[in-house]
Amino acid sequence: METYTLIVLLLAGTIRVATPLVLAALAGLFSERSGVIALGLEGMMLGAAFAAAAVSAVSGSAWLGLAAGVAAASLLALLLAFACVTHRGDQVVAAMAINIMVAGLAPTLALAWFDLGGQTPQLEGAHQRFTSLAWPWALEARRVPVPGLLYADLLSGHNLIVYFAAVLVPASAWVLYRTRFGLRLRAVGENPTAVDTAGLSVTGLRYRAVLISGALCGVAGTYLSTAASSGFVHDMTAGKGYLALAALIFGKWRPWPTLGACLLFAFTDALASRLQGVALPLVGVIPVQFILALPYALTVLLLAGFVGRAVAPRAIGVPYSKEK
Amino acid sequence: MSAPAKLPRWADWGLLPAINLLAALVLSAGIIKLVGESPWAAFKLMAGGAFGTPDAVGYTLYYGTNFIFTGLAVAVAYHAGIFNIGAEGQAYIGGLGVGLVCLAGGAWPFWVVLPLAILAGAVFGAAWAFIPAWLQARRGSHIVITTIMFNFIAAALMTYLLVNVLIKPGQQSPETREFGAHAFLPPLHQLLRHVGLNAAPSPLNVSFLLALAACYFVWLLVWRTRWGYALRVAGQSPAAAAYAGISPGRVTIGVMLLSGALASGLGVNVLMGEQHRILLDFPEGAGFVGIAVALMGRNHPVGILLAAVLFGALYQGGSQLSFDMPHVTRELVVVIQGLVILFCGALENVFRRPLAALLGRNP
Amino acid sequence: MSRAVPALELRGIEKRFGAVHANRAISLTVAAGSVHGLVGENGAGKSTLMNIVYGFHPPDSGEILVRGRPVRLASPSDAIAAGIGMVHQHFMLVEDFTVLENVLLGAEGGARLAGGRDRARASLAQLARDYGLEVPPDAVVGHLSVGQQQRVEILKALHRGADLLILDEPTAVLTPQEADQLFQLLARLRGQGKTVILVTHKLREIMAVTDRVTVMRQGTVVHETATADTSPRALAEQMVGRSVLLQVEKSPAQPGAPVLEVTGLAVRDRFGVPRVKDVSFTVREREIVGIAGVAGNGQSELLEALAGLAEPAAGSIRLGGRDLAGLDARARRRHGLAHVPEDRLRLAIIASFPAEDNAILGYQDGSAYNRGLLLDRAAIRAGCEQKMAAFDVRPPQPRLRSSAFSGGNQQKLVLAREIDSSPRVLLVGQPTRGVDIGAIEFIHRRLVALRDAGVALLLVSVELDEILALADRILVMAGGEIVGELSRAEATEEKIGLLMAGVRAGT
Repeated sequence: METYTLIVLLLAGTIRVATPLVLAALAGLFSERSGVIALGLEGMMLGAAFAAAAVSAVSGSAWLGLAAGVAAASLLALLLAFACVTHRGDQVVAAMAINIMVAGLAPTLALAWFDLGGQTPQLEGAHQRFTSLAWPWALEARRVPVPGLLYADLLSGHNLIVYFAAVLVPASAWVLYRTRFGLRLRAVGENPTAVDTAGLSVTGLRYRAVLISGALCGVAGTYLSTAASSGFVHDMTAGKGYLALAALIFGKWRPWPTLGACLLFAFTDALASRLQGVALPLVGVIPVQFILALPYALTVLLLAGFVGRAVAPRAIGVPYSKEK
Repeated sequence: MSAPAKLPRWADWGLLPAINLLAALVLSAGIIKLVGESPWAAFKLMAGGAFGTPDAVGYTLYYGTNFIFTGLAVAVAYHAGIFNIGAEGQAYIGGLGVGLVCLAGGAWPFWVVLPLAILAGAVFGAAWAFIPAWLQARRGSHIVITTIMFNFIAAALMTYLLVNVLIKPGQQSPETREFGAHAFLPPLHQLLRHVGLNAAPSPLNVSFLLALAACYFVWLLVWRTRWGYALRVAGQSPAAAAYAGISPGRVTIGVMLLSGALASGLGVNVLMGEQHRILLDFPEGAGFVGIAVALMGRNHPVGILLAAVLFGALYQGGSQLSFDMPHVTRELVVVIQGLVILFCGALENVFRRPLAALLGRNP
Repeated sequence: MSRAVPALELRGIEKRFGAVHANRAISLTVAAGSVHGLVGENGAGKSTLMNIVYGFHPPDSGEILVRGRPVRLASPSDAIAAGIGMVHQHFMLVEDFTVLENVLLGAEGGARLAGGRDRARASLAQLARDYGLEVPPDAVVGHLSVGQQQRVEILKALHRGADLLILDEPTAVLTPQEADQLFQLLARLRGQGKTVILVTHKLREIMAVTDRVTVMRQGTVVHETATADTSPRALAEQMVGRSVLLQVEKSPAQPGAPVLEVTGLAVRDRFGVPRVKDVSFTVREREIVGIAGVAGNGQSELLEALAGLAEPAAGSIRLGGRDLAGLDARARRRHGLAHVPEDRLRLAIIASFPAEDNAILGYQDGSAYNRGLLLDRAAIRAGCEQKMAAFDVRPPQPRLRSSAFSGGNQQKLVLAREIDSSPRVLLVGQPTRGVDIGAIEFIHRRLVALRDAGVALLLVSVELDEILALADRILVMAGGEIVGELSRAEATEEKIGLLMAGVRAGT
């Protein structure tokens, strides 16, 4: 029974860690499927995390924080689209520029506005954060041995954004494969000339895709500072934007496999955290730094294609220009 | 496809980067205003902090030395068409190599320690760049993501080593013991005193000269040797490279090894020249500044030198600024950095075309 | 016959791309319910003109009237709305999508695909009945044959309600049987009152299916006639034209021993499609062998395989008896094989490099330009100056950026570079593409001089004048194969034109 409880708790932890990854990866999905490289996820998430925490602290409402987070990330996305789609700038350089800029801007504004050494004030109370939502009869269900625990600890008790992310996966699949917008989006990432010839606007589609990715990064960033933690701290994304991109590549740019990749990352992370300080059979206690480095090393392994080669959308990374 | 507007040489190399810098500064001024301070006062403080006092110049050049190394590292890779974001991690691990030699060779004479340390740093830095390079050349793994990952892994690795393995026994802070005196790089102000010149004390040391030498070496390599030629051809057109008998895969790996080695120069400057021990996070973001410096300096050693000094001034001035204006962090300089990368790199075309039209040249 | 409103009328269409005058004062009338042919060699301006009609580019000046009404076609959606559909030479299909999805793109019929899908399916079924255009709607386009893919393109246009259908070089990629099926389709379309513009260089098709034909050459319309009133030979003459026949002083060839021997060469492109099929020929010392043919018939792939830039799927290449298999471009250079590529700006020259840097491209490792570890810049500059002087490259400034030189001067520099190493064999692709008349003459004279000095030259060109001016022996390539060989003495423009266009001798 002990093991079962442990497993359930581990899985629950996995879900919580996976949520920002899933949101960011799906954000990357829309962008990359339209042909724009999604290296800016990190910066957009960080910016959103700051904006959400700041606004939530000042206004007292996590919902306003969410709106601010989404707005901040969308603004950054707009900047990216302006540089890359309208001005055909280098997508990698533009994304890195935004990431670096936000990395400096967030603590600067935080210090200036809150004077806490680069952080935002601690978020307190049920209104300033997204707190766990218990499903009906969760407390009672816990007493029921096997399925009850599953219900009480795995399904129930997460915050709203987690459930949103869960719903987002099938929703993205639906949008991508069953709507007009999704069809056009996929087309513009594979053969923008074909889209142009069909009488559609390549620029318009790419702008929309990048803005959607901004909005979703906004939710991801908001989650980090108002749900997973209670405030913004320096560099709180710690590379999650890049991990999400790697998960997307590993998931072959499709919603469900990407979810799988994110869960894999998150599970590894959660498992590793559990193993902190625990002596393992052959190797003894794994140093905490190695555990911290695990997601990054895993990313490199995945990208090395030891788990299958990935084929990106055909037209990705190449600014579109008409032929003669 | 309309070609990028052509500008006369002086505009392409001088005016346009200056305009881009100006745009970055204007936006930064906006941010300073947002933060509630006066941009004019802030810039004055920064300028004063960077050049106002005798020792300030020394500090500016000391920081600039770091940026010369990382800027060269990024630029060299850029010529081959590769965006090396891993200079931070390569500098970090390169520094490990430098530090290990210094720790091991405390009793050796200076003229043995220095070249060995430089060599070790170069080897370690190159080694850290090797895996991402190999993965890109052989497996097509996006080098931008892998180098970023290696930055994180480097941080974790160094933390582990400094906390558990290399730490000075009995000490709390994660750093090694001090190097033996023979591993100290003489500060320039001391050397200048020997020649009768009075310079204010600052950490500016001999590695500045090493950095200048590196500039010359890179210039020589890229523009005056057949390997540099091959590099530039591969960066411009893989098809032309094949036509000329150049293997793009080999170029990728070779240039990244060089890039990592160049970044390690930072370790020499900081560890042997100022800190005299290995400590946590001694690169302090210089790897990323290198990107801004390379882009602003148009990937040429002379431009990199100037841009590095400029960013050194920004950093030194930024330190001063955060003393006098407690509301402004040192991170503001990071914002300026990001804006410079944005304007010099991604929004390049925004100012180029109007400038070309203004100067009367049509594409 | 009643004076029906023409389906399409163009008046005075002009279009320039920088220095290139692609369309000059084009006027064209296409009768409704007819199949109208538009012929001309590559570079005549046909595709540009049709792209203008499809709204891809605005014309610099001129008018377009559809069914008698002037229209402004600022984008493909305007053209589609005006009832114009186009099947491009390079298909505009999303390979990973199904046929149905490709047809739906742009005409989805609603935000959710479900409803539109059923309607499209029904429409496709109807079109299949009306025109015999059978394609499985749920097949992935990337898996279809080229002929089937083309049918999808046509279906796309018809589904959007096209009354005027433009087909750009439709049979360039079809087998003869598929081409015949296409002709039957075109006849059926005409029967249903649709109008078709068939853009092609293949005269057999023009004769088979068009009612009227317009001939374009070098950006203008040179001839227009009813198909019944003309013949393939007359059209070939008009296509190839009596343009300035560049006279080159040429003594008759005195070929020596064979130097380059190609046997059973087969080359595939990167998708595995065979582009060169069982090609064999020999080039001897002091001889210029010209390969004539319309672009896209395997000449480029042949050159790439010979130069060491692509690996052949079968066959052998021998230079002076030595098999070149496995040797890359640089190694082949060392064995005496030099290459002036067709695609100058992609392969032969780095536009941003100064001229002197391009003057050593491919030769950068040799001792001529290196002194120890460093490049011998003085030698490089001197070498470049010497090349510029010998080939009259203007302006003779080695430090000038290559993009500042005209096409002709760039090409002269490339030629000077490749000749400098005294090759035994020189491969030359489209030597005068984008080159002015003066430089053309210069280059031609130099190539002949090379021949007389003992070099074996293989010349690939789509310009028939050039082949006739230079070649001692002419091989005609079509569909990846050599379809004819003529000596210069027996070759005439007509004969070659007909072979090029797929009409075998004796038809």
